[in-house]
Amino acid sequence: MKKFGFSSIKPRVIDYDRNNRAVMEYIMENEPSFALCIGCGGCAATCSAAQFTDMSLRKLNILIKRGENDEVRRLMNKCMLCGKCTLVCPRGVNTRNVIFLTQQAFRKLDNYAV
Amino acid sequence: MKLEGKKRIWKEFQKEIPDDHFFFVRSCIRQSFFPGSEQFLIKLLREELGKDIYEDPRHTTCTGIGYHSDVVPFETIQTVVARHFALATERGYKDILISCVTSFGIYEEIVETWKHFPETLEKTREYLYKATKREFEVPRTILHTSDAVYKFKDEIAARMKYPLVDHKTGEPLKAVEHIGCHYSKMFPKYGVGGAEFPHTLVGMIESWGGKVIDYPERRHCCGFGFRQYLIQADRGYSMSNSKKKFESMEPYKPEFVLANCPGCTMFMDKWQYTLKEQEGKTYGVNGQGIPVLTYEELAGLVMGYDPWELGVQYHMVQSEPLMDKMGIPYDKDKKYIAKDGSKLIAPKNLINA
Amino acid sequence: MPEQYDRHIIIVGAGAAGCTAAGQLAREGYRISLIEKENEPGGKVINWYQLFPDRRKSEEVLKYLRDEIDNPLINISLNTTVESIVKEDDRFIVTTTRGVLTAADAILMATGFDLFKPERKEEYGYGIYDDVITSVELEEKFHSGTVLTSKGVAPERVGIVHCVGSRDEKVGNFHCSKVCCVTAVKQAIEIREMLPGTEVFCFYMDMRMFGPYYEELYREAQEKWGVNFIRGKVSEASENIEGRLLVKVEDTLAGKPLKMQVDLLVLMIGMENSLSGKKIAGSLDLEIGINGFFSVLDNHYGNNQSNQAGVFFAGTCTAAMNITDTISHARASVVEIGRYLKSKEKRVVL
Repeated sequence: MKKFGFSSIKPRVIDYDRNNRAVMEYIMENEPSFALCIGCGGCAATCSAAQFTDMSLRKLNILIKRGENDEVRRLMNKCMLCGKCTLVCPRGVNTRNVIFLTQQAFRKLDNYAV
Repeated sequence: MKLEGKKRIWKEFQKEIPDDHFFFVRSCIRQSFFPGSEQFLIKLLREELGKDIYEDPRHTTCTGIGYHSDVVPFETIQTVVARHFALATERGYKDILISCVTSFGIYEEIVETWKHFPETLEKTREYLYKATKREFEVPRTILHTSDAVYKFKDEIAARMKYPLVDHKTGEPLKAVEHIGCHYSKMFPKYGVGGAEFPHTLVGMIESWGGKVIDYPERRHCCGFGFRQYLIQADRGYSMSNSKKKFESMEPYKPEFVLANCPGCTMFMDKWQYTLKEQEGKTYGVNGQGIPVLTYEELAGLVMGYDPWELGVQYHMVQSEPLMDKMGIPYDKDKKYIAKDGSKLIAPKNLINA
Repeated sequence: MPEQYDRHIIIVGAGAAGCTAAGQLAREGYRISLIEKENEPGGKVINWYQLFPDRRKSEEVLKYLRDEIDNPLINISLNTTVESIVKEDDRFIVTTTRGVLTAADAILMATGFDLFKPERKEEYGYGIYDDVITSVELEEKFHSGTVLTSKGVAPERVGIVHCVGSRDEKVGNFHCSKVCCVTAVKQAIEIREMLPGTEVFCFYMDMRMFGPYYEELYREAQEKWGVNFIRGKVSEASENIEGRLLVKVEDTLAGKPLKMQVDLLVLMIGMENSLSGKKIAGSLDLEIGINGFFSVLDNHYGNNQSNQAGVFFAGTCTAAMNITDTISHARASVVEIGRYLKSKEKRVVL
């Protein structure tokens, strides 16, 4: 119904209460070390994919926890699964498994409820 | 909610408001879109309250629209404002009464700049003298017209014919109040009540019998701001801010919105029309819109003045449901008839019409 | 026969610092007048339920402090406020609300800190919205055995705001109050333990876990208790139509603003130098630093000494400190006071 040459914009605020956190819960259940992330970015710093794309594992982990699923979908497939992130993490998060589980979670979500 | 907490903040941010001898400067948007408001303000102060309010025919726009769109440089607007001060000085007025909130913000910004950077004041004196041979004194107080109506809210309450209640049940009407960003967010000490819990409009509504709603997006900007909407493609951004406010206030079912900034009043009124046309959504009860009023219109309505004289018929969202609730009589046939009996143009696609 | 120095020391404040110093000085044979403005000794330790990092009961530390001052050489005067202290020759005259002038050989300022008044952060709505409380008020709820909102029910979600009144130019406190971060983590764990069905969110700018086992406590909060941490400053709190609090915060690590509803918002209020201490500083001409706390003679090896000979400091009147460091600082002040008094001693050889 664009009669006036402009339209209203969808808010970009993370609406925590409205977001669906089923993916986060799936990962937390299957990889408890995910809870230890402090967002330091060591993983993202060493990431091979981050050198050439906008992949950021640090950001991905936060977005999963907030339930921002559209953005998570976009980023998770950029991972090369090289495993450098897991070597760096000072808290001992099994980062590579987090990626596996995220992809698994979305496959389940798309076919049936997680 | 604890009212004592709010009252304590209001006490902290009190403003010295003089009660007579005002040098009045008009607002571009209010003159064009809400002419009844400015006219009523002068009538209220001069005739009802017997105050001295002077309008200099030589005063111009403050050029705020140009300044905020990067077309008018800061030095120019300082000189334009200084000229108004010169006109006031010439007539012996020390207190400036400003109709527009953007203007108010600009006058405050300029006077603060002069305080902290005296060399800019000297430069401005030089520019003004070179351009017009005028000299000026920095005014004692800079007031917004909503400050004046706030100051006299009890005198208005004393003359009240239609308080802000449902005339059948006596229930106070629920009102949303919206303060223009440049009124108190820039310099909280120059706004009654400060920046977080401004009291100017709350004081008016409560003195006149109404009840103010505190809703989550109360502090949010309405999206006005010349830069944001000058270009058509950007207007979605502007409108989305007003939309955010409407969505937040909707569950509280407010009967009207009171705003003190001409831009906010205009936007919150007109975007309801745009949203209805584009998205088919209204935010009042039963598919109606929420009337958005200026404080002069509200003062005039409670005092029993003819609504069509106040100009409420030229808003996009019509105020009939509100007036019905308050028990204010109005003549439907006289709505778009001028003073001399000739027919005025009736706007189309009004809400609540 | 032990030498009893007939020296009189006045200690202002019977909190953690004052009691510790009093006990040690009395054991060394000095006569102590301990002046306390409140009704009982213990200072702010009384507010706590459990202490970090090991969550031991604060009443155990209170007992230690009270035992310290159980000594015939210590005379404690409660409900007494010091109004001024003036130096005359080598002795100090102390005027209190009890009108008593006491001449002392050394003064120990252990006046402690005041908590930041949260009403000053208007945007958080303390004193306006019913469910915005301070960390101290949360400890009171812990004492009562459960955490309930103003509606009398357990909260579904609790928000904890770090840095309220600290690191904030708007309220004139640039300093960090040091202990609030670990307090927030401790309180988050306590809430999760008391109310396993309640979500807890900490909104922090940094996680300042400076002490032994503090970082481990942070890890435990995430790993064992499922406390959530969002890095960002809360910009405002408001109430929605259901009476829940709506919090707006920038999720800096996600790069986007975030909003969420909470049922209880806990403000971690910071430390400021106590008003009562600062009042005394005027009469004594003590220097006050730009952070409002008392200036010490040397930041590394003289932080119990003031710019006035014979006037010493112990505890949080000099800087934000936890209880452990306050006690250590008080013990150090005992050494300094001892050195000062011995240097003034006229040796009588028998």
